[in-house]
Amino acid sequence: MDTLFTHVRKKSKTEFIITRIIQFSGYLSILYVSLISLFLIKEGFPAIYSVPFDSVFGKYWYPIESYFSIWPLILGSITVMIGATIVAVPLGIGTGIYISEITPQWAKEFLKPLVEILAGVPSVVLGFIGIQVIVPFIRESFNLPTGLTAFTGSILLGWAAIPTIVSITEDSLNTVPGSYRQASLALGATPWQTIWGATLPAARSGVITAVMLGIGRVIGETMTVMMVTGNAPVVPQGFQAIFAPVRTMTATIASEMGEVATGSVHYQMLFLIGIILFLFSLIINIVAYLVSFRIVKRSERLLS
Amino acid sequence: MVNLALAWAEQYQMLNSDVNISVSGGGSGTGITSLINGTTDLANASRELKPIEYEEAVKNGVLPQEIVVARDAIAVIVNPSNPVGELTLLQISSIYKGEINNWKEVGGDDLQIVRLSRETNSGTHVYFLETVIRLGDFEDKSIFSPTTLLLPSSEGIISEVRDNPHAIGYDGLGYITDEVKMVAVAKDPKSPYIIPSVNTVNNNQYPISRDLYIYTNKNSEVYINKYISWILSSEAQDIVLELGFVPIIAGD
Amino acid sequence: MNQKPTSKRITQQKIGYSALSLLALITVAPIIALGIYILVQGLSVISLEFLTGFPSDGMKAGGIFPAILGTIYLTLGTALFSVPPGVAAAIYLSEYAPDNRLTQLIRVSMINLAGIPSVVFGLFGLGLFVIFLNIGSSILAASLTLSIMTLPVIITASEEALRSVPTEFRVVSVSLGTTKWETIRRIVLPQGIPGIITGVILGLERAAGETAPILFTGAAFFLPMLPSSPLDETMALPYHLFVISTQVPGMSIDIQYGTALVLLTFVLGMNIIATVIRSRARARRQW
Repeated sequence: MDTLFTHVRKKSKTEFIITRIIQFSGYLSILYVSLISLFLIKEGFPAIYSVPFDSVFGKYWYPIESYFSIWPLILGSITVMIGATIVAVPLGIGTGIYISEITPQWAKEFLKPLVEILAGVPSVVLGFIGIQVIVPFIRESFNLPTGLTAFTGSILLGWAAIPTIVSITEDSLNTVPGSYRQASLALGATPWQTIWGATLPAARSGVITAVMLGIGRVIGETMTVMMVTGNAPVVPQGFQAIFAPVRTMTATIASEMGEVATGSVHYQMLFLIGIILFLFSLIINIVAYLVSFRIVKRSERLLS
Repeated sequence: MVNLALAWAEQYQMLNSDVNISVSGGGSGTGITSLINGTTDLANASRELKPIEYEEAVKNGVLPQEIVVARDAIAVIVNPSNPVGELTLLQISSIYKGEINNWKEVGGDDLQIVRLSRETNSGTHVYFLETVIRLGDFEDKSIFSPTTLLLPSSEGIISEVRDNPHAIGYDGLGYITDEVKMVAVAKDPKSPYIIPSVNTVNNNQYPISRDLYIYTNKNSEVYINKYISWILSSEAQDIVLELGFVPIIAGD
Repeated sequence: MNQKPTSKRITQQKIGYSALSLLALITVAPIIALGIYILVQGLSVISLEFLTGFPSDGMKAGGIFPAILGTIYLTLGTALFSVPPGVAAAIYLSEYAPDNRLTQLIRVSMINLAGIPSVVFGLFGLGLFVIFLNIGSSILAASLTLSIMTLPVIITASEEALRSVPTEFRVVSVSLGTTKWETIRRIVLPQGIPGIITGVILGLERAAGETAPILFTGAAFFLPMLPSSPLDETMALPYHLFVISTQVPGMSIDIQYGTALVLLTFVLGMNIIATVIRSRARARRQW
């Protein structure tokens, strides 16, 4: 793009300043991410000295008695995350394929905005409906002692993550050239076989990215889980644990931050949990990036 | 105590339009922390200030002053369909410690017990821990069973106990509605089982009663002290009664 | 040479299509159900007094005006701190950024920023703005926190809007003798405005609905007066809904639904405005 401007007249002083401002703004993301990491580490790292190691991996999270095991919290988050992924991935990819490849144009015009509306629903509202409607429903349908469970959280979170998966899946399917589909059909495949044999594999990297971003959104959910998962810091045991209450890392921070004295051990531990959450989302993003990168590389090699 | 604080604030501002009071919720722990940090003038607390909090406050230049502003009972509540209506302190303690897990062990139906509690930043939670679970023994280090559901606040406890036959919960008398059933509590199997009420608290019959406090900085402004004096007046104490708490007896 | 698909394959397709449409139905039907349910349950409470009045009786009655106003303030504050830097960053990425490691780093940072859990932003906002910079719990601190969270959305949408302006426009502009910035200012940016506005509104829509970032940075439960300066705390719709549905005993269920309805309408209203702007811009596009 700069080659366009090699023969222009000299820029004014103002233009120079403006350009520098724009350049600086470009670097803002790096600045913010670094600032956030630094701050989290500054406030949370001391926890490693303040809390004995075996307490951090013990059985109880009970701060007022100085039990600071993060284990139940991490496992709580992971349990909800796995459940939500199981809900979100089939529904998300399925709906994405459906909207992109199967529905006629007129149906797309109202299905797409409808899914986007779901993306806009605030997490408090989901949590609210969760308490009012879903929690009693689950308790009665599954005959459980309480409807405030990881399962409830998984359903709501999974459902809320669907729009992310749908829109990216749909975008990737759209970028697959029509020639792929036509070639497949010309060989005698049904449209159904075309989707699974030609179009979807070509959009593979996008779909995987979609799933990973969906998972990322799930991990970060705070309000909904705080309202419907029961907040019991238990180490989940066995498969039925998904039908029992759990306490996620995010709910812990949100519930307890108000009561901690600045700089206290509890305060530091909450920031430490913040660091862990930050790392989780970092890892997911890196994995998504690498996976899509490698798939793109491989297909580039194949096509060349 | 948030509904009490709100009611007081509303009434006082109606009488004194030149005063502005803003109220935030979050549990006794949150309020005390704010007092220590200097970000609030008054901290309502349903438990006493811990010695370590007192030290923190002094370090930050705040000298906490304690005023008893009302009294309260902790009611133990169960679902209206639960046949169990009487429990001893020891039974409640064992239930919440995780030693008793089924209602049939205390004379109820064959249902798994679901324990509900306030969050750890709640004074009610701490009070319950010390007085009921540990039965007042300071050396006892027992804690709530980890399966206890820590709900964001009182409303969550009430609605879950109301809807769920398995549930048991506890909260201040002022938060209990008639949608749930209060359990009569006995100090020990030989004592009478008492239902919490204003009378049984003032007569010291009900085993789980407590004082409610306001903490403030000793060097507070005049207008803050005026507010506190009003809270101790009969007009404000009527509000206490209205909300279901126990007014302090004059001269207490 | 077209082979006719076997009947087995046709059946396979029929089953497959039905399965997918079932999945889509499971996804979409609850959205409609949710909207209708909240509408029906909450409508009874909506009135002019509800929308313009203050809470009374310990939050159990009265209106939610302070929360509505608070959300508006926070949204404006977020826009103030995220739109100028966001659009500038988008201009950089679209028009200036060279294709090198540094730019890659910027993009990676943006993706990471976008993925950070909202409560971690709240922690950061508390640590940096409220405590370290001593701004205190305030509209200012909450807006700054929300703006960092909203930045990636605005940058991404704006960059896409700018990139979609055809190169020819820039070429023509240069051939007339302008400088780079003049080209951007007079040609590229104006053409990209609809896309940018769409992105901004969608970003702000998310900020308006968030609770976790404002929990410890500016939201308050009961304020007798409206905030008079950016250093005051404020009530806000998402936080208000959270409080009345979990913290206030004896809260009328209608008011809870009513508040949810107002919040949902506010947020979806922004969504609709953004969508309308986007489709009208597409229709009016000169390329």
